[in-house]
Amino acid sequence: MLATVKALFRPAAHSEEHEDPAEHLLLDARPRGEMNDMVMDSMHATSWKFWTVTMFLILTVLVCLVTAWGYMIAEGLGVAGVNQPEYWGIFLVNTVFWIGISHAGTFVSALLRVLKAEFRRPFTRAAELMTTFGLIQAGLSIFMHLGRVWLVYWMVPYPNERGLWPDFHSPLMWDFLAISTYLLASTMYLFLPLIPDLAMARDHSTGWRKIFYRILSMGFRGSESEWTHLKTAMNIFAFAILPVMFSVHTIVAWDFAMAIRPGWSSTIFGPYFVVGALHSGLAAVTMVLFIISRTMKNMKYFIRPEHFDGLGKLMLMITMTWGYFFFNDYIVEWYGGDTIARTLQKFLETGPLAWMFFLMLICNFAIPILTLWNKKLRRTPWVMFVIGLIINIGMWLERYIIIPGSLSINRMPFTWRIYFPRVEVFLTIGTFALFLLLYMLASRLIPLVPVWEVQEGQLAHSLSKFGKTRVATKAEIE
Amino acid sequence: MTSSIFQTSAEVEGKWGMLIDQDLCMGCQACVTACAMENNLSFVGEADAGYGRGMAWIRTERFWNGTYPNISTGYQPMLCQQCGHAPCEPVCPVFASVHSESEQTNVQVYNRCIGTRYCANNCPYQVREFNWLDFPRPVPLNNQFNPDVTVRRRGVMEKCTFCIQRIRRVEDLAHSENRDVLDGEVQPACAQACPASAIVFGRIDDPNSQVSRLAHNNRGYIMLEELGTLPRVTYLKGGSGHAGNS
Repeated sequence: MLATVKALFRPAAHSEEHEDPAEHLLLDARPRGEMNDMVMDSMHATSWKFWTVTMFLILTVLVCLVTAWGYMIAEGLGVAGVNQPEYWGIFLVNTVFWIGISHAGTFVSALLRVLKAEFRRPFTRAAELMTTFGLIQAGLSIFMHLGRVWLVYWMVPYPNERGLWPDFHSPLMWDFLAISTYLLASTMYLFLPLIPDLAMARDHSTGWRKIFYRILSMGFRGSESEWTHLKTAMNIFAFAILPVMFSVHTIVAWDFAMAIRPGWSSTIFGPYFVVGALHSGLAAVTMVLFIISRTMKNMKYFIRPEHFDGLGKLMLMITMTWGYFFFNDYIVEWYGGDTIARTLQKFLETGPLAWMFFLMLICNFAIPILTLWNKKLRRTPWVMFVIGLIINIGMWLERYIIIPGSLSINRMPFTWRIYFPRVEVFLTIGTFALFLLLYMLASRLIPLVPVWEVQEGQLAHSLSKFGKTRVATKAEIE
Repeated sequence: MTSSIFQTSAEVEGKWGMLIDQDLCMGCQACVTACAMENNLSFVGEADAGYGRGMAWIRTERFWNGTYPNISTGYQPMLCQQCGHAPCEPVCPVFASVHSESEQTNVQVYNRCIGTRYCANNCPYQVREFNWLDFPRPVPLNNQFNPDVTVRRRGVMEKCTFCIQRIRRVEDLAHSENRDVLDGEVQPACAQACPASAIVFGRIDDPNSQVSRLAHNNRGYIMLEELGTLPRVTYLKGGSGHAGNS
């Protein structure tokens, strides 16, 4: 099993690099039983605060999502602010936003797994959960947006007496297939690495929880053959889900890019949206990690500054890529000088949405690029939380500018109008509340930290003594 | 049910077409009213119409030419151009927005529409109307329905049909009398109501029809021709030097 052992970093030559190796989670090993207990403990610990917040979220979901949506279905979409020519409003903004959030889970988990980045180990699960719950919000948002949501099953290609199929020419149809594929694949990808942890939870719990875990862990006992099969399956999924992830957001971008509208028909929208999705998604992972490390018991052991540091570096890279794509998208239209495209750009820069446009640039580019280069800031969790929040605000604004913003200007100047949301505001709050609620409930039902992955990492990493210095070493597990 | 997405412009020949003379249009909105009556358009009401949800399958766009005091008014009646290569058609996920092979128009299947509103976004002419709400009809408008036209409920898209119910009626009549449809026999409500006869309707595949002959004019142009949507409506440019618009 332990094939090669190599030194991870040389003993400190610079005085400032003289850090304690035990700061790293993988070098700060604890006994297996203790760690299992820590994770189980974090799942069981609930305070009055937890239940207050849960009740508040349930109320918010009931009022803002269930009631408001029911009212909208009963009355018609007219109770929302969507209008001619802004046929697509905040619902689609939220859809793209939540799909973006859901991207980070897979990105962090699958890509870092494929690349064997070790710092991923403690938070892959937290990120994957975001994928699944984020996609649920995206799906809900797109349903809200439909004029006759009760007929949504007509988009499913099922045999029927009318002999009608959906139109596979339509980007919405691609979207529908892509999102449902992604939801299915990401749920399975969430579930596979969960099995050993569920089995661990099964062995450590009693009562209804034991039954719950026994069913979910599907009789996993941890034998050699089970591990081999599981590892193979996870490996296949990690590689297979990456192209799915990239294609999903590209197809979401095509909803806009395939249309003949100024501001939308851009050939760069595919990768631009993928990068945007990763931008908001990574920021959201940072926010979630901060919240769970602060509110859940024992989580400070698992989530450490080094993890924020690693995510911060990724975020810096994505910030630069996002800036590059934004510039590329902007400059081509600007230089092209097409009348209607220039009118739209002028409208966005100087019109009533100008504050949004510049706030987006500040949030998405200026602030991250000015702060994330700094190691000290990257290693301060609350700073990373604030930066994550800022990036997410910026990315939401970006989608707002692209969808209702661009829709304000079209080739028929007689119809130009500004969009103001109405009941959409409540439904937006409702989706956020539902996301938080699902996440909170899940955090008490499934182990948020993949214990076996952390343990595997700790097994591979060790401190060896060479002479008088301690050197971190890593064994390659295969 | 084939979409025109893979067809080139040469393959798509128009059948019915319209000609609108902007010199003759004086912006009286008779076409708008006649269309609403003929096609059972919802009575949106003042509040929602002010919010921007007034439903009209044909609208008269008013433009100011020049600057004050040397100013003149231009009107442009805008309706579905019944594109031969319509951007609204391929984007519908459920085939609610389809091309009529027999009449060469774009038709909307109200009962199939699930309200994604993609077609309206993709329409460069912005002529599709969405039923945002179920608008009640005030008395006495509740007694005024055209039995030949479906009423639409909330959540579906609708648009100009070139008064397909009138086209069908005339075609049926001609068929039963064993003759061809005469030029000018089909009149959509807007053309019928226009007091200045600014709207002319007929067969554009017949070079001798009135609409084809009038279209051969150096004032003629096609809206957003550069997009390659092959509209079936030809406009005759108005403006100074011509009657009615000075």
